[in-house]
Amino acid sequence: MTLLSLQQLTKTFGGLTAVNNVSFNVDEGAVVGLIGPNGAGKTTVFNLITGNYQPDRGQITFAECELVGLRTHRIITLGIARTFQNIRLFQQLSALENVLAGCHYRMRGGILSAMLRLPAQQREEADAIARALRELEFVGLSEQALTVAKNLAYGDQRRLEIARALATQPRLLILDEPAGGMNEQETEALIGLIGRIKARGITLLLIEHDMRLVMRACEKLVVLEYGGKIAEGSPDQVRRDPRVIEAYLGAGDDE
Amino acid sequence: MNRIDGWIAGLCAALLLVAPLLLNAYWVDVLNSVGLYALLALGLNLILGEAGLFNMGHAAFYAMGAYTAAILNTRYQIPILWTLPLSGLVAGLFALAVARPVVHLRGDYLLIVTIGVGEIVRIALVNDVFGITGGANGIFGISRPNFFGFIIRQPQQFFYLIWGFVALTIFLLLRLKQSRFGRALNYLREDAVAAEGSGINTAYYKLAAFGLGAFWAGMAGCLFAAKMTIISPESFSFWESVMLFMIVILGGAGSIPGVLLAAFLVIGLPELFREFSSARMLVFGLVMMVMMVVRPQGLLPARGRRFG
Repeated sequence: MTLLSLQQLTKTFGGLTAVNNVSFNVDEGAVVGLIGPNGAGKTTVFNLITGNYQPDRGQITFAECELVGLRTHRIITLGIARTFQNIRLFQQLSALENVLAGCHYRMRGGILSAMLRLPAQQREEADAIARALRELEFVGLSEQALTVAKNLAYGDQRRLEIARALATQPRLLILDEPAGGMNEQETEALIGLIGRIKARGITLLLIEHDMRLVMRACEKLVVLEYGGKIAEGSPDQVRRDPRVIEAYLGAGDDE
Repeated sequence: MNRIDGWIAGLCAALLLVAPLLLNAYWVDVLNSVGLYALLALGLNLILGEAGLFNMGHAAFYAMGAYTAAILNTRYQIPILWTLPLSGLVAGLFALAVARPVVHLRGDYLLIVTIGVGEIVRIALVNDVFGITGGANGIFGISRPNFFGFIIRQPQQFFYLIWGFVALTIFLLLRLKQSRFGRALNYLREDAVAAEGSGINTAYYKLAAFGLGAFWAGMAGCLFAAKMTIISPESFSFWESVMLFMIVILGGAGSIPGVLLAAFLVIGLPELFREFSSARMLVFGLVMMVMMVVRPQGLLPARGRRFG
């Protein structure tokens, strides 16, 4: 079943067409990779999905909901969570507080209930902390729960972002270069983590440059170049696609 | 809060509790000013310290509260303390109305807009807007607060009213800090894009920060009107907004103990060095500059919440 569907999506910035008539589907439960050379428009596609940008043309449908025109926080509450290419954590706050951000929209407490410490608010707060701790444990950051985010190692910061996204209890998780800046060991652990997220029934869409990770973790790849889609299919199909080879290795003029 | 913090807080509270018995009326009045500024700065701390929204027009909300209280009291004979919630409400609603179109602005731009709002309010008051603010002379003849039949008139009596309110404010704000609402403000300050991307309605929380901070400023304005019995636009000048901004940044944005300490230093110290007359402001300015260079995080920076 199709969970996310992009139809003829186009986005221009001034004279530059960052995303040009891109369409693809993400099936429920799948792990889909969005790949392509630098500047191909991958992150722009992500920003269009989560409402950070508005497309000039096209539609984005998630679980029968039209996303275009919705504000980002609304899209998140519909069941999409994301991480960012250049890690965006709440630097001065603890890992636990970072993850609690993901729990936020499922909570109800307001100003008065907090000031009065109503029992319902206290219960909700305790539940949220418990859930946040579970997500930290899931990504392997239990020990660092009270560490301030900016003091975490780089790989841990990436995993903390994933924990924060998971805390929103999404149906679709969008990861923007999750292995960026990771060493081989960390990447290996990340592939394991992606598998465990999938096992929770969460659909994944990820941008990644690390081809080993992409080939092993993804069931389907979508390849972008200069804002347009040039290929789509299983990792094996895509690997053999002449247009993809050309995009990555350059045209073979000198043959 | 660990045990040492608890002892320090208890000691400070005890000292304050007996201060009116040991000090003369003049110094008690200085402490009353410190208390009012502490209230205002705690409200501004929500906007500037917790949510990271640059607001240098806080005096406008203070003025809204003070004038609401004064007008209701002098025109409609409503007891001054009864106007407390309404003063807060008017200031809060005013803040929501002015913040709504500009709250998406970032840092320096928002700062300039809020300076403009502060000036507009002051000038409107001077020009006797709607014929109810009394122009440059302001409003006089505000009645003394009547606390269940007990009329508050001495500085010592005001001391307990004002500092009682400060204590209540601290109590409530500490609780707010450890809640979904308090955290949401911090997420805004740290990274609004990531906050929105985590499902937090950032526009709503920016407005809520302004509304709640202004609500407190409005209530402080009501207490100010009750204490002075006469208010005029000059009490709500741009300089007041600047002082409050300084108190929050100097104390440590987002830190309640820091804001309280800074209120004492910024309001109390110039009084302590009164004999040096205008030279004290020179020293004061210099101290500010040195502070920002050597300790940009503030005197008592906010510390992480302890869980469990």
